[in-house]
Amino acid sequence: MKIVILGAGQVGSTVAQALASESNDITVVDQNAHMLTVLQEHSDIRTITGQASHPDVLQQAGIEDADMILAVTNSDEINMIACQVAHSLFHTPLRLARVRSRSYLAYPKLFSPDAVPINFIISPEQLVTTFIQHLIESPGVLQILDFAGGKAQLVAVHAHHGGALIGQELRTLSKKLPAVETRVVAIFRRDRAIIPEGETLIEAGDEIFFLAAYRDIPPLVAAFRRTDKPNRRIIIAGGGNIGQRLAEMIERDYHVKIIELDIGRCRVLAESLHRAIVLHGDAADQDLLMQEDIEVTDMFCAVTNDDEANILCAMLAKRLGARKVLSIINRTSYVDLAQGTAVDIALSPALVTIGALLAHIRRGDVVAVHSLRRGAAEAIEVIAHGDRDTSRVVGRRIDELPLPEGTMIGVIARGDTLIFPHRDTVIEPQDHVILFLADKQKIIDVERLFQVSITFV
Amino acid sequence: MHWRAIIRLFGILLMFYSLGFLPSLGIALLYQDGQWSLFAISLFITTAAGVALWLPNINQHSELSVRDGFLFVTLFWVILGIIGALPFILGLHLGITDAIFESISGFTTTGATVIVGLDRLPPSILYHRQQIQWLGGMGIIVLAVAILPLLGVGGMQLYRAEASGVAKQEKITPRIAETARVLWIIYFTLTLACAMAYWVAGMTLFDAVGHAFSTVATGGFSTHDASLGQYNSPLIESIAIVFMLAGGANFAIHFMAWRHLSMAPYGTDPEVRAYGMIFLLSTLFVAASLYWAGAYTGTWESLRYAAFQVASILTSTGFGTVTFADWPLHIPLILVILSFTGGCAGSTAGGIKVLRIMLLAKLGLRQLEQLAHPQAVYLVKLGRRPVSEDVVLSVWGFYVLYIVTSLLLTVAMMAAGLDLDSAFGAVVATINLLGPGLGEVANNFASVSPVVKWLGIFGMLVGRLEVFTLLILFLPTYWRH
Repeated sequence: MKIVILGAGQVGSTVAQALASESNDITVVDQNAHMLTVLQEHSDIRTITGQASHPDVLQQAGIEDADMILAVTNSDEINMIACQVAHSLFHTPLRLARVRSRSYLAYPKLFSPDAVPINFIISPEQLVTTFIQHLIESPGVLQILDFAGGKAQLVAVHAHHGGALIGQELRTLSKKLPAVETRVVAIFRRDRAIIPEGETLIEAGDEIFFLAAYRDIPPLVAAFRRTDKPNRRIIIAGGGNIGQRLAEMIERDYHVKIIELDIGRCRVLAESLHRAIVLHGDAADQDLLMQEDIEVTDMFCAVTNDDEANILCAMLAKRLGARKVLSIINRTSYVDLAQGTAVDIALSPALVTIGALLAHIRRGDVVAVHSLRRGAAEAIEVIAHGDRDTSRVVGRRIDELPLPEGTMIGVIARGDTLIFPHRDTVIEPQDHVILFLADKQKIIDVERLFQVSITFV
Repeated sequence: MHWRAIIRLFGILLMFYSLGFLPSLGIALLYQDGQWSLFAISLFITTAAGVALWLPNINQHSELSVRDGFLFVTLFWVILGIIGALPFILGLHLGITDAIFESISGFTTTGATVIVGLDRLPPSILYHRQQIQWLGGMGIIVLAVAILPLLGVGGMQLYRAEASGVAKQEKITPRIAETARVLWIIYFTLTLACAMAYWVAGMTLFDAVGHAFSTVATGGFSTHDASLGQYNSPLIESIAIVFMLAGGANFAIHFMAWRHLSMAPYGTDPEVRAYGMIFLLSTLFVAASLYWAGAYTGTWESLRYAAFQVASILTSTGFGTVTFADWPLHIPLILVILSFTGGCAGSTAGGIKVLRIMLLAKLGLRQLEQLAHPQAVYLVKLGRRPVSEDVVLSVWGFYVLYIVTSLLLTVAMMAAGLDLDSAFGAVVATINLLGPGLGEVANNFASVSPVVKWLGIFGMLVGRLEVFTLLILFLPTYWRH
């Protein structure tokens, strides 16, 4: 697949690297030649220096025979115009763009084919805030991802002493919770993936991934760790785009305080927030944190755009008594370093965004793709098409499928029902099949498996 | 000061307002009450004065400044008060003080009267009284701006000096003349609807129109000594409540509702909502108090009188069905507090205005919250929109001036011989444009001394011109170049 990526920022460069390693032809356009040089040294891609929305620059980047354009410069307007140019002049079939401003996002009609022709809009701030919101709503959970339009969730939890299942075999889960249907798809123990079997013993410290319906999540989480109290008091450090959105989304249901250093920004926040308390000060100021009752805070979210500041003030908050601390970390190398030790939850906006992007890049009828374990594993939702003759999955039993190693079908969404498959479950056309891949390299095989043969039109 | 331009404008406006005597003249001829000659004389005097002021300055076209606006508006209210007093002097042979008090009370929509025996007055003079209230309700300058295109220059300065509310520079349409016209169309429509409703409910056509004038203007003049109590009809009282409340609501909201043909703006505007809540809660509270004190037999009676008095006093109308000053216990004071609250900004009502009270309350609340979280950044918000610090400060300044003026006027009225109850009542009745007061002035101002009446005239003008426009004229720097 030939892909033109506009913008070599955090998202652009990470996506470029991820996609280049999957045998795509990538061209990256940016105005900053230095950043492009750095990027080119690390991966096998082409780079063009220039204004991303200019037709001549796009032409240089090979837009004419590109399959897809991905506009992720830091200007909404450039991204929108670039997609317009790609559509009007070069007929690029697939156009993805990042649009941050809610003034634009509030009018979906704007992005129809005869207006600003963007096929899919990516809003990283929105993805990240939704992600954090999910975590706040479900205490004790490390990660929670939607599949099949929200009917099924993939949940990651840290097994902990006090959970009913600790030291037990996995098969006892269905005895302890007979009313709940679920599928444990992976267990990571000391950074190694274990394929879960009925006899697998759950240990404290395991990171467990399971699929379930939203209403069943609390009892399942309780099986793996002692029940956390529901979150009530939230402190958000950093009033940037993410902090502001997060506060807006949760201020109705939680006691929210948001700390911001810049007084001008504080006023903007105070204008848009109606219940949350806007505090002017440094999130790493011990006195301020203590004055605002950090010791009874349920969740402290460090969401400034400075990795080091996030990690440090989250650590400080943890030491001062915050029950759970979350930090946004852009630099991938820090994520593994901080997660589980310095901070409870480390979150990489780039990885979250890439998950959303990947869904559009994958072949076959892929609906959703999510990166897990900082990109090592992947969960993917595919729609099965065709019939027994044209497809290699439809009309076949699960145990007949030549699934690659480390791959597991977690759940099938058929109409409005969720089916947790057994060996003899038969896949029907239009099933949404949600698979879990412990090894990302196997994704190509899965995609190929679900593609219908040429004869099927 | 552009004195000659100001005088020229006075001339034009006087000629314009001399036409206001024509309907009264018509009524006099229609009812054959023998008063047509005095209206003809008034018309002639006014026109002559207008021409005399206008002709020598016919070519003075210089634009009025903001400063000129304050002086012009204040002076014009005084001059028009004198013009409106002519029929009372000529027809009823009232003294100068009484006649001007009556006229200013009419134009400022106060509704305090010095005349006893209204039922025996000639219809044309009764009509004149009702009409000056109607003209003053929406504002005499606003009317002139709406109708006279030649006021376009400097019209905004004049409009601003007269308009009520906080955001005086906000216009509901791009052009000032258009805004003024829209306001008057809404005002006229409301009056028409009110008159029809009264007529259908059983008033004579004459009374229906007259009361519609003073209801929508939230004035309070009546053609009967017993005011609306004359009819003793719950239906008429409910109609009055509806149109008093409409007159006391922000006309910009009426405009929105009219433009979108929906009631939704009334529900979403924070000020109108607060205004509605104040009305409902006060009515319930007063009704409960009346019932508890045993003033009336039965809940229904209590509720009926409470609702009418609360609406009448909150909107600074001052129609009477009963004398609220005679109600027991704490109720008169509650009603006095309500009259200070007043209607919405941008309405025909008097008082401090609900909007300002809301902002002051929020300011106080913010101060408390700031103590709990010293480093928090709080903004004063209305609905979901932040209010700028300038506006909050000006509201605070308005409040201080309003209260200080009220206190000083009370002191002055006591010095003029009223007891505390009556003096306070007289100030409430005039500065809030209410009409009926407490004590000696509970029903009318007929028996008080001339000094009190002049103080009352001053209070009414301060209230109608929302303090700043009048008081700025007493500032030495205003007159220095």
